Amino acid sequence: FSCSSSGVKPAVATGLVGTVQQQDIMKWNGWGYADSKFFFNKKGQGEFTGKRYRLSGLILPSLKDWFEGTFGANLQHKSPPSLNTSAVAPPSLNEAFVEELKSTGIPFSHDTEDRVFRAHGHCLHEIFSLRDGRVGRCPDMVVWPNCHNDVVKIVELACKHSVCLIPYGGGTSVSSALECPPEETRSIVSLDTSQMNRILWIDEKNLTAHVEAGIIGQDLERLLNESGYCTGHEPDSMEFSSLGGWVATRASGMKKNIYGNIEDLVVHIKMVTPRGVIEKSCQGPRMSTGPDIHHFILGSEGTLGVVTEVTLKIRPIPEYQKYGSVVFPNFQQGVACLREVAKQRCAPASIRLMDNEQFQFGHALKPQVSSIFTSFLDGLKKFYITKFKGFDPHHLCVATLLFEGDREKVLQHEKLVYDIAAKFGGLAAGEDNGQRGYMLTFVIAYLRDLGMEYYVIGESFETSVPWDRWVLDLCRNVKERIVRECKEKGVQFPPLSTCRVTQTYDAGACVYFYFAFNYRGLSDPVHVYEQVEHAAREEILANGGSLSHHHGVGKLRKEWMQETISSVGLGMLKSVKDYLDPNNIFGNRNLL
Amino acid sequence: HPCAAKSSGRGSTEYSRRYISYPDGFWDILEERRRTSDLSHALRTFNPQPYKGAPPCSSSELNRAVLESQFLRHVVKEVSAESGEPVEVVRDEASGLLEEMSQNLQLTFIRLLGFSLSKVFKRLFQKILINEEGLNRLQQAIPEHPVILMPNHRSYIDFLVLSYIMFTYDLPIPVIAAGIPLMSMKLIGEIFRRSGAFFIRRAIGDDKLYWALLSEYVRTIVRIGFAPVEFFVEGLRSRTLKSLPPKLGMMHMVLEPFLKGEVYDISLVPISISYDRVLEESLLAHELLGVPKPKETTRGLLKARKILEDDYGSMHVCFGEPLSVRGLAKGTVNRWQYNLVPRDLPAKPSEETLGFVSGVAHLVVRLQEKGMVLSPWSLIATVLLQNPLGMDLDALIQRTCWLRELVEGFGAVLHWTGQVPACEVVLSSLSRHHSVVRCEKGRVTLVEEAGASPATPEEGVFRRAAAVLMCASYRNQALHVFVRPALVATAITSPTVTDEDIFAHFQFLQDVFSNEFIFIPGTSHQDFEEGCSSLRKCGAVQVCDQQIRVTEEGKDTIFFLTAVLEPFIQTYQVTRDFEALSSDVQKNVLSGLVRMGGVTKLKK
Repeated sequence: FSCSSSGVKPAVATGLVGTVQQQDIMKWNGWGYADSKFFFNKKGQGEFTGKRYRLSGLILPSLKDWFEGTFGANLQHKSPPSLNTSAVAPPSLNEAFVEELKSTGIPFSHDTEDRVFRAHGHCLHEIFSLRDGRVGRCPDMVVWPNCHNDVVKIVELACKHSVCLIPYGGGTSVSSALECPPEETRSIVSLDTSQMNRILWIDEKNLTAHVEAGIIGQDLERLLNESGYCTGHEPDSMEFSSLGGWVATRASGMKKNIYGNIEDLVVHIKMVTPRGVIEKSCQGPRMSTGPDIHHFILGSEGTLGVVTEVTLKIRPIPEYQKYGSVVFPNFQQGVACLREVAKQRCAPASIRLMDNEQFQFGHALKPQVSSIFTSFLDGLKKFYITKFKGFDPHHLCVATLLFEGDREKVLQHEKLVYDIAAKFGGLAAGEDNGQRGYMLTFVIAYLRDLGMEYYVIGESFETSVPWDRWVLDLCRNVKERIVRECKEKGVQFPPLSTCRVTQTYDAGACVYFYFAFNYRGLSDPVHVYEQVEHAAREEILANGGSLSHHHGVGKLRKEWMQETISSVGLGMLKSVKDYLDPNNIFGNRNLL
Repeated sequence: HPCAAKSSGRGSTEYSRRYISYPDGFWDILEERRRTSDLSHALRTFNPQPYKGAPPCSSSELNRAVLESQFLRHVVKEVSAESGEPVEVVRDEASGLLEEMSQNLQLTFIRLLGFSLSKVFKRLFQKILINEEGLNRLQQAIPEHPVILMPNHRSYIDFLVLSYIMFTYDLPIPVIAAGIPLMSMKLIGEIFRRSGAFFIRRAIGDDKLYWALLSEYVRTIVRIGFAPVEFFVEGLRSRTLKSLPPKLGMMHMVLEPFLKGEVYDISLVPISISYDRVLEESLLAHELLGVPKPKETTRGLLKARKILEDDYGSMHVCFGEPLSVRGLAKGTVNRWQYNLVPRDLPAKPSEETLGFVSGVAHLVVRLQEKGMVLSPWSLIATVLLQNPLGMDLDALIQRTCWLRELVEGFGAVLHWTGQVPACEVVLSSLSRHHSVVRCEKGRVTLVEEAGASPATPEEGVFRRAAAVLMCASYRNQALHVFVRPALVATAITSPTVTDEDIFAHFQFLQDVFSNEFIFIPGTSHQDFEEGCSSLRKCGAVQVCDQQIRVTEEGKDTIFFLTAVLEPFIQTYQVTRDFEALSSDVQKNVLSGLVRMGGVTKLKK
């Protein structure tokens, strides 16, 4: 194949890229699309703008009360961002590298906006600084390779001229992985894979697709859907994250129960390293050829090279999809049910359990009801659950479900799961609640930006943990640790400290924590936030949780790597790095 | 409010200061009992605030949870495999043992006990003084985390009085680890069981099933926050009234739920109970001399009614600051070590964990010591023991006052505030302890047991020894105040010790006496510092250029302090001394020698 065979090629000039770039339709200092955001209108009602989501354009009457009640925030107290991009240091360019790059015709840019856009992921401290108009070390230039061969050329030139390369996919990192090491003295080049976004072929006999690694999740699904297929890989960030990024961080998708996580989906990976290109010679479904080299690449977080092409398993689009939800009297019962479902290996495509605080939050995002009838029905449901069934509204929690497959099988499956739930006191709570639960997953990230307008900062983090009692104990201990640490650090209002179980496995579960607080009165809120998150991670580790289930380590969690994988394990990884990249060309300093 | 009550009703403040002379912050709980009806106290609404997450749980539910736990099922299987007995038989055995062990807390019995204890306590004691502040802290701690009450153990009264206080102050009644002999008392055993006592066999040894049951029982109570757990970290009543080296088994059981992440935190509350006069004083001395402890029987208890006619002065119950186990573990124990083994399976604790458990246990004992309120009688006993042939009353009073100043300088709390003249205090102490001392014609001497004149010389020695040991046990109540400065004093006055060796010698002495006095392992430097600074503060030594010098006016103090240790040193050198006859001392000497490699222990 050749580079110019398909897709739209960016104009070959110094950086003026002619296509619609993600960058153009996305916020530069917040999450997601520029046209989509929460705000409080003049009446103080919550609203979500744009047209992209189910919630878009709707009024959210309960949001204000929840927001003020939970955080002690006040709509009168705004903390608007100060827009100031002039604080960026001029690029330090490696002239020889730039000259040779020009002769290859690969587009590049050292425009300030391009550089700042690729200088960060979405950790709280990164976004907070941007809103404050503070920008740390930025990449000195951005290059847009169009295909595998372009990447080979760029890596060769980088090695030749001693330039530091940082691969950039969707920019959704939450592990400080994209931050440029401030101590880096070489010129830093951000290698943006966004132009490598084609499906190169689909093999309908083997049900695989060969795809360039820069493709964004939602584009991959949409394009495959056009041919009647899907990967079924749906991380919460799939609107913005890239295939290469998934491989580099060991991503996990919401529907992994049917389709598997990224490591189960990949059949073949091609990666360009300073030592050369690494790939397997065939696409056999399983091999016994020593340690699987894919596992050096999966989770390498951009420290070894650039993933350029991936062969993935694909599946026909499922005939039928059905959402569902179950209300449990308390979190314990909910966890016990999830454990039983995992034991019987009958988990639907997705099963998630929100704790009570998240359940309440979900209610805050209920749009204005259109008819008296619906509101009457809602009231009736509430009455049934709390009064008739005796559930305490301050303890009940909700599981959301997503079934996929043949219609008949889905309905059978659904019955099986609801029967198990009933044994743990669970009551079916309708499709609509389930669907809203999943929609929240996508909009919750936008909510942080709203919070930041009113002195509220927050973040989510995750872990994986064995079943027995760790899931429950870990959730309780971590939540309590967060509350206590906040108090100790002088946070004046009790924080929001909530969790949900997002994945189940045979031997454990993935737990997600959301943590946010009102920072009025604190001189260095981000520092307080980081201290609390650090304490929470210590608590997770002391309670048998892992360092990360799918976000990765980056620079944020690096300090715990040695204890996590033993010093011998760390040495193994280091020796691989030393062999592949002795001059630390891929110098983002993640992981090791 | 109690403070208001303290100053009211008694007329002028001068008057109340003189007669209600408590150490700061202590309050007499019997005062109200003497004013209002005991019956309505026992029957009033009792509605304590429990530990937050705790679901109500009956004692049979608790037992079922223990028997059905993964841990116990595992151990039952193991025991069955080892012994060849069928699993069902072992399980039945376990169930029987649990039946024998378990408490059966019932409010009715608490009320019954509340009523009768009101009566008994008013007869026995002038006052039961408790520190309100500590009780408030306890009250705040209970809803937050599982609470462990850790009193010192000097008398059978200890756990009665604690449950009584908890009841009086509307706090949840604790479940109490008690020794099995108590259970065998007909009726009384059952009453205790229903008042929250659970019974532990002595000398469990390596009975795996029993250990498993006990530890799962204790852990389950802590985990679900069923009730505060009360146990005596010293293991048993101290026959010498001196703190005992802590037992670590129960301590470990109690800490495990935190270490394994099953609870967020645990609060340990050291409680110091001090008696002016201990009910069992003469029994204790006889036991130490090898007279077997009379079997605890209900009949024996009824016979002991005559005790009720005597005066036992006041008792102090001081609730210490709750210790956060999480705080203590921070930086000491790495809880990651529990990640690789299922929590429900028995696992040998790591060295690190054992060290932590031992450190916590020693710390609690130390804090118990610090919370003790010394009675003037302890000082008198100390002085008398240094003058075994007796002394003139005036000299005794003078020396006691001198000692009072010294111990207050060392930071001890003394039940001797207000402006009662010293002679009055001494005389009232002497009369309260008429069974130990006698004051005749201005001369104070130890009393030997009455009765026909000794038939044999051996009996004479025995009587004399009993008197000395009784007196010594009251001195022992104050020993923890002296021991650090006294060890430093002994080290610096030892003729063979050079300046450089003082600390080493101090450490050596600590090591020799580590069964005798309680030192937190690994804190020799702090102990030494503490000893030195106490000596410096009272002017007995000067420290310049890293050298410690005894001052001219400090010679008396140094002499006194070395004399405090003298009986121990002499006994350990196995020279003849009455205290050497005490089985407790003999046991301690032996374990000291074993530890230091002087002798080895052979299995019988």
